[in-house]
Amino acid sequence: MIEHYVVAASSYARDIDSLFDLIFWLVGFWFVLAEGVFFYLIFRFRAKKDVKGEYITGEKKSEMRWISWPHYLVLACDVVIVVMAVRVWMNVKQDLPEADATVRVIGQQWAWSFVHPGADGKIDTADDIETVDELRLEVGKTYHYRLSARDVLHSFSVPVFRLKQDAIPGREIVGWFKPIKTGTYDIQCAEMCGIGHGLMPARVVIEEAAPHAAWVAEQSQHQVASLSAKPAAE
Amino acid sequence: MADSSFKPDRASEDEGTAGGAETEPVADVPESGPTKSQAEPAPAHEPEESPHEPDAHEPDEHGGHGGHGGHGEHHGSESFFMKYLWSTDHKIIAMQYLFTGMGMALIGAFMVYVFRMQLAFPGMSVPGFGHVSPAEYNALVTNHGAIMIFWVAMPVLIAAFGNYLIPLMCGCDDMVFPRINRLSYQIFLLSSIVLIASFFVEGGGFGGAWTAYPPLSAKEQYSLTPLGATLWVIAVALEFVAFLLGGINFITTAMNSRAPGMKMYDIPIVVWMIVVASILFMASVGPLVAGAVMLVFDQTIGTGFFDPDRGGDPILWQHLFWFFGHPEVYVVLLPAVGITGEIMTVFARKKLFAYPVVLYTVFATGILSFFVWAHHQFIAGIDPRMANIFTVTTVLISVPIAEMMFVYIATLWGGSIRLTTPMLWALSFVGEFLIGGVTGIFLGASGTDIYFHDTYFVLAHFHYTFVPIAIIGTFAAVTYWFPKMFGRMMDERLGKIHFWGTIIPFNMIFIPLFVLGAAGDHRRIWSYENFPELARPEYQDLRVLATVSMLVMLGFQLVFFYNFIKSLASGPKAGRNPWQANTLEWTVPSPPPHGNFATLPTVYRGPYEYSVPGRDKDYWPQDAPS
Repeated sequence: MIEHYVVAASSYARDIDSLFDLIFWLVGFWFVLAEGVFFYLIFRFRAKKDVKGEYITGEKKSEMRWISWPHYLVLACDVVIVVMAVRVWMNVKQDLPEADATVRVIGQQWAWSFVHPGADGKIDTADDIETVDELRLEVGKTYHYRLSARDVLHSFSVPVFRLKQDAIPGREIVGWFKPIKTGTYDIQCAEMCGIGHGLMPARVVIEEAAPHAAWVAEQSQHQVASLSAKPAAE
Repeated sequence: MADSSFKPDRASEDEGTAGGAETEPVADVPESGPTKSQAEPAPAHEPEESPHEPDAHEPDEHGGHGGHGGHGEHHGSESFFMKYLWSTDHKIIAMQYLFTGMGMALIGAFMVYVFRMQLAFPGMSVPGFGHVSPAEYNALVTNHGAIMIFWVAMPVLIAAFGNYLIPLMCGCDDMVFPRINRLSYQIFLLSSIVLIASFFVEGGGFGGAWTAYPPLSAKEQYSLTPLGATLWVIAVALEFVAFLLGGINFITTAMNSRAPGMKMYDIPIVVWMIVVASILFMASVGPLVAGAVMLVFDQTIGTGFFDPDRGGDPILWQHLFWFFGHPEVYVVLLPAVGITGEIMTVFARKKLFAYPVVLYTVFATGILSFFVWAHHQFIAGIDPRMANIFTVTTVLISVPIAEMMFVYIATLWGGSIRLTTPMLWALSFVGEFLIGGVTGIFLGASGTDIYFHDTYFVLAHFHYTFVPIAIIGTFAAVTYWFPKMFGRMMDERLGKIHFWGTIIPFNMIFIPLFVLGAAGDHRRIWSYENFPELARPEYQDLRVLATVSMLVMLGFQLVFFYNFIKSLASGPKAGRNPWQANTLEWTVPSPPPHGNFATLPTVYRGPYEYSVPGRDKDYWPQDAPS
């Protein structure tokens, strides 16, 4: 259902959307059932003239069934949800596939900086391409991101990837994504980071291999022209 | 739909209260003249005849019980100051908490009005405030959250109703430690003043979100609110001290000062809930108070507990905060569930379904709530493997909570339901809280939380829990116990207008926010104009819808205040037991005198013996000998 509102542009976006749908139908069933019974009972047992309430303690086994059986069923649903949620989680956050390339993402008050590999395909080398508030990716490639923050907590959130990860000063967090759809989409900061928190939008540009290579080549020329004094590593 | 044939039966001045001194055996009293059958049509506003009001000679009888601890000193010629501001009477302290909490709720409501106007109409000059800058926006959302949880939900649900109800329902004359109780309120008042002061200091109020994550909250060069942040943390810490002192009283009084005969299973469920909530609070707040001290040191004397450059760790704060913060949800939830239970049994004329099961679910929820905190931190940089454990515990908590809801729904079966205003609030608590409960599953499941964390989906989810708790629960309690507290009935018609005028806009606020959250709206964003995908007009329309609904909901609160004041001044006299309820607070005059019971009661049975077969009356007070 989420893809109705936000494009699914990463390899795992569909998994998260399906997990959402699964939970939606499971809890939706319980919700409709509980509210249905609830309203039915309210109307059925409205006070009537000369009709007293019944005396039911709810402590007999035959009565207790009415809450214990639903409770086992809820538990069964919980098991299904937990198993599916953990599977998705391990795929997205825990088990990192081999990367084709690595990008560095740095949050600061109030901008995002991105370090892309240059022509050599590696970061932390002389031909790195640094950008502000624009991340350039090639569709179909698996990326690792190395996420850090310069000052306070930020959160690297790319809704079309269904990805979110807090950036923490003093730590580098490694994760992955694989864009599967070209286009230009929002990147947001999802963790309160001061007065400019609402004003640090960035964009992710996902393009085919050829335009991406052209962009890399063009940036490398700029880079070479202005490089001489710049230290290689961030 | 909201109508009901049931009218408050204030003429039935039952229980042989004529002398107030002896509890007469109600069981044997035949249906006397004034006791109406419920179906009998009674005008809503009878003239204030109520000739059976026995409260008239209450002061005399009261003179004879100066033996109740330290109460004697307060009787007779006490000044306004001693009576209302320096009192150790649990009921006065409850009122102090209630009115302070309501006052703070107005401040919190003003804040939501300002920032929702900014969200719906970015850049407009908000009437009564002016243009909203990003710094002001952050301070408003931060303090709206902090106020509504710490200065409204906590003081009203736990402190006000805990104070009011525990001694009355347990059948004792006051809290075990009345002076500690008074101190508790005074510290709470001080914390409120410190909080309000923090808005007006140089640099403005703290704007680092109510969770106050460092390093933003720890360093003034990042937060740009040097004084505001420190005062804010101090205010929160003082508030915790106040509730620690209150909690000592709640637990001790309920466990040690019950009326003779009141066994564990005879304690009204709301008392149990407040006791368990107090235990949860006391067990979880310690780490956070320690954290608050460290945070103040980081801010003011330059320590580095949360500063990664000096070996500190910002994540440490998150663990301390949420180790408290998640049990805190249940700290405010449980009293509201308890209140709902009391009201539903009275107006369904039904025994609570499976009372022992309710207790087990409360304890299970309480224990589990200590093992779920890291679900707030799935994507915060904790070890990803930890998320798997916390997903299991978090999703498991749905089992006792679902069971609690099943019990309440099952209680309605076979009832004789009267849809009075308090009952409408109680029922709507169940109906609305279910939405909050089921949407929590999406967030407890780590896989979907990656997407939903810090979006409006989270915001809508917890408002579907906190509004039922703090708003619906409070209105349920106020409309139900108003006759006891002030001796007069509230207006039912105005009560129902207020109910529908609150409940419908409430849903119209937060359902659009679920949609916006699913569409990727992040929280605490001053304006969405900078995000092309979120600035679409159809999403902006939803934001406007939420804001307009909020204005309507706020507008209808005027009906409540009008009803409150009008009923206070000229509502029909309530008598002792207008709702024909069983619990002990209904056996004393309304409002109860200082010292509560002329003769301390003896308890013969559980609190929910309604519609017992073979009895004329469909209720059976706890203190009536069988």
